Amino acid sequence: MTNQPLKAIVAVKRVIDYNVKVRVKADRSDVDLSNTKMSMNPFCEIAVEEAVRLKEAGIVDDILVVSIGPKSCQEQIRSALALGADRGLQVECNTPVSPLDVARILQNIQQEENADIFLLGKQSIDADNNQTGQMLAALLDCPQATCASHVQIENKKAVITREVDGGLLTVEMPLPAVITTDLRLNEPRFAALPKIMQAKRKPLVVKTLSDLAIELTNDIELISVDTPIQRQAGTMLKSVDELMLALRSSTQIQMPKHDEEA
Amino acid sequence: MKTLIIAEHNQHALKAETLVTLGAAQQLGQPIDLFIAGHDIAQLGQDASSISGIDRVLTWDNEALTLPFSETLAPVIASLRSQYSHILLATSSFGKDLAPRIAALCNVNAVSDVIEIISPNQYKRPIYAGNAIATVKNNATCQVLTIRTSAFTSPNHNPTASPAQIQALSIELPMPSVNFVKQTLSESNRPELSGADIIVSGGRAIGSESNFSIIYDLADKLGAAVGASRAAVDAGYIANDLQVGQTGKVVAPSVYIAIGISGAIQHLAGMKDSKVIVAINNDPDAPIFSVADYGLVADLFEAVPAMTADL
Ligand SMILES: Cc1cc2nc3c(=O)[nH]c(=O)nc-3n(C[C@H](O)[C@H](O)[C@H](O)COP(=O)(O)OP(=O)(O)OC[C@H]3O[C@@H](n4cnc5c(N)ncnc54)[C@H](O)[C@@H]3O)c2cc1C
Ligand SMILES: Nc1ncnc2c1ncn2[C@@H]1O[C@H](COP(=O)(O)O)[C@@H](O)[C@H]1O
Repeated sequence: MTNQPLKAIVAVKRVIDYNVKVRVKADRSDVDLSNTKMSMNPFCEIAVEEAVRLKEAGIVDDILVVSIGPKSCQEQIRSALALGADRGLQVECNTPVSPLDVARILQNIQQEENADIFLLGKQSIDADNNQTGQMLAALLDCPQATCASHVQIENKKAVITREVDGGLLTVEMPLPAVITTDLRLNEPRFAALPKIMQAKRKPLVVKTLSDLAIELTNDIELISVDTPIQRQAGTMLKSVDELMLALRSSTQIQMPKHDEEA
Repeated sequence: MKTLIIAEHNQHALKAETLVTLGAAQQLGQPIDLFIAGHDIAQLGQDASSISGIDRVLTWDNEALTLPFSETLAPVIASLRSQYSHILLATSSFGKDLAPRIAALCNVNAVSDVIEIISPNQYKRPIYAGNAIATVKNNATCQVLTIRTSAFTSPNHNPTASPAQIQALSIELPMPSVNFVKQTLSESNRPELSGADIIVSGGRAIGSESNFSIIYDLADKLGAAVGASRAAVDAGYIANDLQVGQTGKVVAPSVYIAIGISGAIQHLAGMKDSKVIVAINNDPDAPIFSVADYGLVADLFEAVPAMTADL
């Protein structure tokens, strides 16, 4: 059986940079993202990197990067193109999209694209949902491999190692399949300047929700956003003895004592 | 309406996560059914039927369900949706994998990582690595929720006088699309991270897999579970499932001892609800000290063995 080159779709989300601590708006309506540094969701960077590696290995020959959001998310699409993706698609949407909406949009795109592999981040670091990949797989009625730490594609099959509670689980599945990336799948590269320049000439298509005949769901309503109760810094102790004394006297738990045991 | 809990178990007993999810489900104030899929689970179903607070136990027993995949479970669970207003799972790797797949088949969004149930359709959940708490209202007729287990407690065990009804589902297993290849479980006699009373966690500064023995020695004297930062896991010092943080396990023990961990927001997201936080770091400016109840500026290679020796 010959290995036909495969098509991959990578979904990337523009989010607050992971180094930035978010502020809650004074009116508690949401977080304040004005003048905040935005970046590609770290798990999406890992997804792009994996797709590019599959391309370099000759397994994939076409990588479409999709981002759903306002015009500014073209910045993240361009970075993915600079890293080695071939084509970009921005689905214009100026209101927040839910995981189900993203999944429905990707399902819709799949009707035209017929991709073999979907690579998504396991979680977006702003909404912390960890839902979209699983939802897309459900809508496409295809297998899902979440939290992947190793991906091997062979003969239209994927062998994926997943990070799960208790250790690692390796599964095999036919394509098309949805893979969501965990932190240890790879280490994303940085784009070289010439590639950044080249990326400006790669195709980037913009579609609207009405082009795709998608109406957003609105089952989950955001009522308010609060700052969590902040912990106060406690006492700095000078020695191990002081620390053990503090632990023994302040905590409910039994701290065994060396002397008593002997 | 009723609530359905999707059980996690090891074929012999329900996992602690499922019992905590039951504790959360009780706050919804409606009858609760428990769905158990597995192989040879008759006894497990019997045992579950005597847990107070459970109205009905649904079992789906099939050899192929020894390690059930979401691809198989989701359509079956989604087909029960007309009976349930709420479907609850724990925020575990099983729950996170399965819940969205069920939700999508029910054409709804799921609410991930619920930390507080305000009313049967309003919840609190952390966003931005726990740096903000969102209150959300779920208007869906069928609500799929995952429950952050460190934020709820399991109900007191008092076996019921009248065991719950057990209903064995006879459902034909569709051709599985996913095949099991292998599983590598990290063996340990130490307490599990989630649910542990004391956790000793090591970071990048531990320096090597063999150096981690000083963490294990302290943990064993304390009867504690062991955790780690992402940097320690990435460096291969310790197994991935022991990572604490935004993208690892979220824990809230009585005592959390962070050793050689700087305190990045992603790490804090996983442990800042611990009752007492202890930090040992040789950098007095390490951010971990800003959340620690007790801080010690010291070289961990001296301080930790000294603590162990004192126990
Ligand atoms: C998307 C994303 C998700 C992430 N998720 C997680 C997560 O779930 N969990 C997580 O932990 N991280 C996570 N991270 C990584 C996080 O940002 C930090 O990089 C990581 O927590 C750092 O680990 P560390 O504190 O062990 O290492 P470092 O930051 O390198 O800190 C080491 C500390 O040890 C101290 N030290 C050095 N030598 C000694 C000594 N001899 N004695 C005492 N102290 C010493 C140093 O002063 C320093 O403070 C995530 C990052 C990203 C981008
Ligand atoms: N607006 C979006 N545009 C493109 N991809 C997205 C978007 N939202 C979520 N995703 C994808 O879904 C993954 C998981 O997101 P979530 O389910 O929100 O945690 C992300 O890492 C992306 O790969």
